[in-house]
Amino acid sequence: MRVLVIEDDQETASFLMRALKESGHIAEHAADGEAGLALARLNAYDVLIVDRMLPKLDGLSVIGLLREEEVRTPALILSALDGVDERVKGLRAGGDDYLTKPYAFSELLARVEALARRTSPEEAATRLSVGDLTLDRLSHKVSRAGEQILLQPREFRLLEYLMKHAGQVVTRTMLLENVWDYHFDPQTNVIDVHISRLRSKIDKNFDTPLLHTVRGAGYTIRDSAQ
Amino acid sequence: MTAPSKLKLFRTTAFRLSLIYLALFGAAALLAIGYIYWNTTILLSRQLDQTIQAELGGLAEQYRAGGMRQLVRTVAERSETPGNSLYYVADSDGRRIAGNLGQISPQLLQETGSVEFAYERPSTNGTERRLAFAKVFQLPGDNRLLVGRDIEDRQVLTRVTRSAILWGLGFMALVGIGGALWVSRKLLARIDAISATAERIMQGDLTERLPRDGSGDELDRLAKSLNRMLGRIEQLMTGLREVSDNIAHDLKTPLTRLRNRVEEALHGSRDEAGYRETLQATIEEADGLIQTFNALLSIARLEAGQGRARWESLDAAALVADVAELYEPVAEERGLVLRAEADAPVTLRGDRQLLGQAIANLVDNAIKYGVPNGKDAGGNHPPDVCISVRRSKGMTDRAATNGAINRGGDKAKSDMGKTESAIPDLAASDLAKTDMAEIIVTDRGEGIPEADRTRVLDRFVRLEASRSAPGSGLGLSLVAAVARLHGGSLVLEDHAPGLKAILAVPLGDGAGKAGAATDAS
Repeated sequence: MRVLVIEDDQETASFLMRALKESGHIAEHAADGEAGLALARLNAYDVLIVDRMLPKLDGLSVIGLLREEEVRTPALILSALDGVDERVKGLRAGGDDYLTKPYAFSELLARVEALARRTSPEEAATRLSVGDLTLDRLSHKVSRAGEQILLQPREFRLLEYLMKHAGQVVTRTMLLENVWDYHFDPQTNVIDVHISRLRSKIDKNFDTPLLHTVRGAGYTIRDSAQ
Repeated sequence: MTAPSKLKLFRTTAFRLSLIYLALFGAAALLAIGYIYWNTTILLSRQLDQTIQAELGGLAEQYRAGGMRQLVRTVAERSETPGNSLYYVADSDGRRIAGNLGQISPQLLQETGSVEFAYERPSTNGTERRLAFAKVFQLPGDNRLLVGRDIEDRQVLTRVTRSAILWGLGFMALVGIGGALWVSRKLLARIDAISATAERIMQGDLTERLPRDGSGDELDRLAKSLNRMLGRIEQLMTGLREVSDNIAHDLKTPLTRLRNRVEEALHGSRDEAGYRETLQATIEEADGLIQTFNALLSIARLEAGQGRARWESLDAAALVADVAELYEPVAEERGLVLRAEADAPVTLRGDRQLLGQAIANLVDNAIKYGVPNGKDAGGNHPPDVCISVRRSKGMTDRAATNGAINRGGDKAKSDMGKTESAIPDLAASDLAKTDMAEIIVTDRGEGIPEADRTRVLDRFVRLEASRSAPGSGLGLSLVAAVARLHGGSLVLEDHAPGLKAILAVPLGDGAGKAGAATDAS
């Protein structure tokens, strides 16, 4: 995956570059808005990581200009500005996701990978499958090894989101935002309990577990045989 | 009064306005009187003219009938009759033939038409000079006839009228300027009092309020509005000060802990696993700090009255069902039953995220502290957590009073309610009238002693009993702040046993229900 990091703080930028490379991605860096815009126009990136406050041209303008030019590269906005209002502003400007500083790198990485997947066929597929687990998005039916599994509506949406991002790490915040549409921190580990309920339904009676916990990051669903 | 303050008096708006009114009124009066004067003068002149013309006509007839002799006789006759009429018949040299006027200047007789002249008339003490108006008529044979009237009285009347007008105007100006000074001095005294108070407030005494006389006039109303504004500013300042105090007290502790841990790791000799453990603990501590910091910022933003742009019509029942669905597995894990009793939709206007978070915080608390500790704490009641929604027709008096105290948040603010600011008072009386949606979260835990129920809504307040449990002590403060933002209140009550938290938010219009309702199980 090829990622462009537009970030003016040198230390943050080099940390991001290093960490992205360690995670097996190609990362390029621009230190201000204009340079970032030029690079984003020139090269085909999978994801842009854009700091909101940049010298010369601010992050939201960079994204806005790219969108006007029909450059649809998914963009993750990094900002110190908290609050749902700011978030809405960022998404309205053409951003695809919004992450508030300070953040955990695992959170950032999970979101970047999810964004890169956006354009992949899974997004639109009506049938999702991981190993012998299949989920039909039209009939709302889930089955594993031919055996039907009954899920509550919310459990279905949780599984759907996980399967859409099969093989990727999905953080608790991402689940809370995308499955429950809550943009706040619920303090208690509510998501963990929902996951363990879902796990008991899809993994309990089978030999190979599909739903895995990624320590310090979140969850992932994958066929461990692969 | 000192010299500069006297000067100040002349520079006031009231004085300037009074002067303008005075000038306008004076001009109008002058115009009216002048018009009347002018018209009267014209009328009098015309009358005079007509009288003289009539006499001339009569004498001309005499002359035509009997020539010079008859004219002279008639003039002599008429001169005998006392009155204001003046006659003079002269020969070609200007010598008097008949008439009641003494010798007059011959030049006067050379004029034809109207003349105005002074003449002497015998009076009680000699002679007096009087003014006359006359017409001169040339007779055949170069004789002259002058017919006139005494106009001295009229002149006197004119003089008297003129001076009366001048004196009147002068007197009016005097009274006007005096009145203007009096009014501006009165106003200035009040404005000066307000300025002085404002000055004191600027010097830092935010508890000071502008003086009011209770008359309800514009200055009084202005003072009232400004006082309310000051109340709000004081509230915000108190909030700000609290935040900084809180940051100092409650963020420094974990920061110190974090620093100590890292320092210790740096100096001590450990294996890699030991370092990893320290690093992991450091990250967790940092995360906790970030969480606390975010919560603090959110509360501060809420209390500053965050924008209402994102407000929508929401169904409280759906909100509650959503949160219940999110927390139900956690409750079950802790051996509690979480029930949501919300069937009929109750529409309110608000921010879905904020209200969701507020309800989530209440439920989170109920689950955290809802597990009975002692054997008899739960009594006969099953250890359950219940979220319900109900419509209340206005608030009860008790709830409204409590609400007012809670709205104050802390002592300083509730003290303010007693003084001028009136914001909490007003809000409370509004609350008492408005129909509310009440979201009630109850548990069967140990509850909160009555004395602490208001205190726990303050930031960072954690009761001793809960010190061991995780949390920042900001949860309830945030709920209270969300309630305040929505024009509602958070009231804690005894659930005997347990705690009953009532989050009341004014009912919305019910128009255009937003998609808050989801497929909650």
